Order: sequence, then C-alpha cells, then structure tokens
Amino acid sequence: MRKIMKFTVKKKMVLTAYLFILPVLAFNLLFRVAPIFMSLNLSFTDYDGFTSPNFVGFENYLNLFSQSEFWQSMLRTFQFAFEVIPLNMIISLFLALIVNDKIKGMGFFRAAFYLPVITPMVAVSIIWMWIYDPQAGILNYFLSLFSIPPVRFLQDPSNAMHSVAIMRIWRGVGWNMIIYLAGLQGISQNLYEAASIDGANKFRQFFKITMPLLKPVHVYVVTVAIISTLQTFTEMYVMTSGGPLESTTTIGVLIYRAAFDYMKMGYASAMSFVLGIIIMLLSLFNLLINKKGDDMN
Amino acid sequence: MRRRKRIAMKIILLSIIALIMSFPFLWMTFSSLKPNSELFSIPPSVFPENITSQHYSDAINTPGFMRYFLNSITVALISVSVNLVFCSLAGYAFARMQFPFKNLCFIILLSTMMIPVQVTLIPTFILVKSFPLVGGNDIFGNGGTGLLNSYAGLVIPHIMSVFGVFIMRQFYSQFPKELSEAARIDGASEVRIFISVFLPLGKPALSTLAIFTFTQTWDDFLWPLIITSDNSMRTLQLGLEVFKTRYSADWGPLMAGTAISIVPVLIIFIFAQKHFTQTALTSGIK
Repeated sequence: MRKIMKFTVKKKMVLTAYLFILPVLAFNLLFRVAPIFMSLNLSFTDYDGFTSPNFVGFENYLNLFSQSEFWQSMLRTFQFAFEVIPLNMIISLFLALIVNDKIKGMGFFRAAFYLPVITPMVAVSIIWMWIYDPQAGILNYFLSLFSIPPVRFLQDPSNAMHSVAIMRIWRGVGWNMIIYLAGLQGISQNLYEAASIDGANKFRQFFKITMPLLKPVHVYVVTVAIISTLQTFTEMYVMTSGGPLESTTTIGVLIYRAAFDYMKMGYASAMSFVLGIIIMLLSLFNLLINKKGDDMN
Repeated sequence: MRRRKRIAMKIILLSIIALIMSFPFLWMTFSSLKPNSELFSIPPSVFPENITSQHYSDAINTPGFMRYFLNSITVALISVSVNLVFCSLAGYAFARMQFPFKNLCFIILLSTMMIPVQVTLIPTFILVKSFPLVGGNDIFGNGGTGLLNSYAGLVIPHIMSVFGVFIMRQFYSQFPKELSEAARIDGASEVRIFISVFLPLGKPALSTLAIFTFTQTWDDFLWPLIITSDNSMRTLQLGLEVFKTRYSADWGPLMAGTAISIVPVLIIFIFAQKHFTQTALTSGIK
C-alpha cells in the first residue's frame, strides 16, 4: 500500500515537473530550434516573402560566394571586430585594475563606467551623431582649437567605420570591466604578497601573475566580443545606414537589406546560415576552451 | 601619508575618466536644455546659459511620440511578466525536481542560446506572419498578416528566455535538499512547495530576471523594425529613428527625445545597480 502511494507521488512529481518546463521548452523549440531548419530549408529556395518558394539547389550559396558584396561586407565586419576588440580589452582591463580597490565611493565610478552599457543602442548612436556632426558637433570644435580642419566623421567613407568603432568601444568597456574585475578578485592576494617579498615590483607582478591567471577570462572576453561584433547591425543602421558608399555595410546590414528591402529571403537565409556557422563554431571553441580550463583546475 | 597621496591621485584619475565616459550623456542633457541660438553658437557654450524646456515639449508633442513610449513600456512589461512566471517555473524544475530526460531538455535549451539572431530572424518573421487564426489568417496561416504589428508579435524574442531559466536554476540550486524534503513529508504538493517556499525565496533572482528582461526589450531595435509597419505599433527605439529623419538637423528635440528614451533604464540602474553587474557575471561564469 505504502509502496503504491510512494509510486503515485513520484509519478505526480514527474508530471508536475514536465508541466513546469513545458511552456519554455515548447516555445523555444518552435521559435528558436525549428527556425534553424526552416532557415536551412529556405536557403535552398528563391523565396521572396509572397509567392511560394521554388527549390533552387545550391544557387544561393554559389551566388553569394561569387559576389563581392558578400566577401567585402564579411571583410568589413571582421575589420570592425579587429578594430574594436583589442582596444576594448586593453581599456577595460585598465579600468578593472583601477576600480579594483576598496576606496570609499568606488561604486560611483564603477557605475559611471558601466552606464553606457545599459543605454539603448539607438540612443547612444544618436548622441554620437550629434557629437560627430560636421557643422555644429562638439568634437570638430575641439579639433578646431588645435587648428585641425573639420573632419567628416560619418560622411567620409574612409572615416565612417572608425568613428562607429570609437563609439562602440566607449559603449562596451564597462561590460568587460565587470568581467575582468571578477577575474581579478578571483586571484589570491597571497601570490602578490609572496612576489613582493621576493622583490618583484608591480609591473613584474602584473605580467608574471595577473596576466597568466587571467588567461581564461581573456579567452572568454575575446570570443564573446567577436560573436557580438560579427552581428553588428543597429549602430550601422542608425548612424550611417550602411554608407557612405557601403563603407559600413556589415554582414548584419547586408542580410537585413537582402531579406527585408529586396525581399530575397532565400538568398538572405543562405548568408545568415554562413554567418551562423561561423558564430556557432566560435561559441563551441569558447565552450571547449573553458571546459579544458575547468579540467585543469 | 603616502597611502593618502596615492588615494588622492587615484581619485583624480578616476574622476577624469568618469568625466570622459559620461561626457556624451552630459552633452546630450546640456544640448537638450539649450535654446537653438545657443545650441548652434560658435564657440559652443558648455553649460546652457538660458535653460529652456522647449525641446522637451516639442519632442513630447510630436505626433506619435507618447504612443511609441507607451508601446515600449507595454512590450517590456508583458515580456517581464511572462518571464517571471515561466522562467521561474522551469528554473525551479531543473534545479530541484527529478524527471526523466532532465539533462537532455536542459542541454537543448542551453544550446539555443548559441544560435545567433540572424539565423532565426527570417523564419521567425515567417512564423509570426503566418500564425494561424489571427490578423486575418486562416487556420493554415494564409491570407492575413498574423501577429505582425501586434504586442504579441513584438514580445516574441524576449519571452520564455533561456537565459532567464538559467538564472533561476542557478539560484534555486543553492538551497539544501532538506528544504523541499521537509515540506514534502508534510504532504505539500510540488506546486505548493514552489509557491509558498521557493517563490518568496527567489526574490533576488526574480529581480535580476525582471531587470534583464526589461532592458533587453527596451533596447531592441531590429525585431520591431522588421515586424511593425503600422505607425501606431512602433516602439520608442524605432520612433527615435523616425524622429532622426524628421528632425535631421534639429538637434534640440532629437536630444530631448533621446534623453527621454534613456530615463526608464536609468531609473532602474540607479536603484538596482547590483542586478546589472550580476547579469554580466552570470553570463560569464556559466
């Protein structure tokens, strides 16, 4: 009798558990898992959003690999990533080092450095457009104090990408600062004490203790940053609409345009699939590296 | 003495960096309060000399602006409510209940976090557009616009967040097993244990989840851009983009509108700072 009761209680618990996870699981299967297969399927068709799709085999893939717009915006996107990421890492590590201190009021400074991270991307893009304005922008005024002629930050094809990159670095350093700060606080103080007894100065301590021990944090920061910069869309759309002369057309902008301006959804799906594979490989790489780190500990 | 000097130096350095980092915000605020004569004067004044609220009333009175603002608030609040209910339920089940295929289900969910938004964008658009029996669609999802231009469509990328489930699971895993065992021996049902014991305990994690969802939804631009064509369904981020075109060289109202769009997240940030850094760290530690 008791056994039967215990059995039904257990069965009831399993049922309840499934009910608890069902909404989230079903929703994510429908809106996040199924779309992968739909996207793969679409990438082999000429779907235009209205008429029923026709199977076209590898045509979309052959098209995109043979067209320079795809390669150029891929290249541009990676250029953007390589411009943003190293500077972001150096600055955010520097910030983490100086805010890693128990001075009164440090919370205020951490908050001030973190504030751009939480500000909506559209808002920061518009603020920087005003700062960069060629006629009345404050930045050109500062430059004029040093007798530098007005710069067309966002209007000149050779400047636009760099100008967006500066904004992006400013917006992103707070996030990585927090990650580095957690990394720094995980390093035992004993190591530094032992090192200073041995006569190692701060500089040596930084390169011999801090940097090697932060290695897993660096790997994490780099992969996450690559993944997010590869998907860059909003700031380019708002600040430059991908121009001037396509100079800020990242792969995110190109996919959006193909799918929703030109309604070439099959072709756009093929592009998004290529981007998706690159990003998923990077995520897996990140996961494996972290796993390896865990095993070593 | 030497330590004091070091701290003073450090605070000066920190203040300079803080000034640089917050300059864009200060400049936005000052610009939004200056009359046009000052806004475009050369050399520019740093602080506004004659403060005016004209740009703010211009922004608010621009047709649609308040509607955009309310739309954003609505979409964010719906997403927060849905996530609070369903992510906490799932997070609790994964943390504290035993059932077959538990790990498999969790791994499937976690791996969806790796899928970049571009891959799912077009299919999700199609799913939303051909959602059956709404927006003039028949049962097969043909004929109408489905959930395009609707709140239900706008919340889709933000509700049932896997990251939310993850936050809740992490939080609920830390309590000792005895806590549930005691209630089970008393004959309480699983639903009851969850509601009367664990839901109240979950407050810190629920706040983090609410804040994370709110800011993510508030910040979203790409998804509303794709699924709304009706002006009355636009969110504030999209509205600002329209504003930008409308006031192409009229920076006063544009800065005022931008400032207003930051206020809700700013208020949350001031009162709940630690939840933001918590989100950054949870996503880092795994």
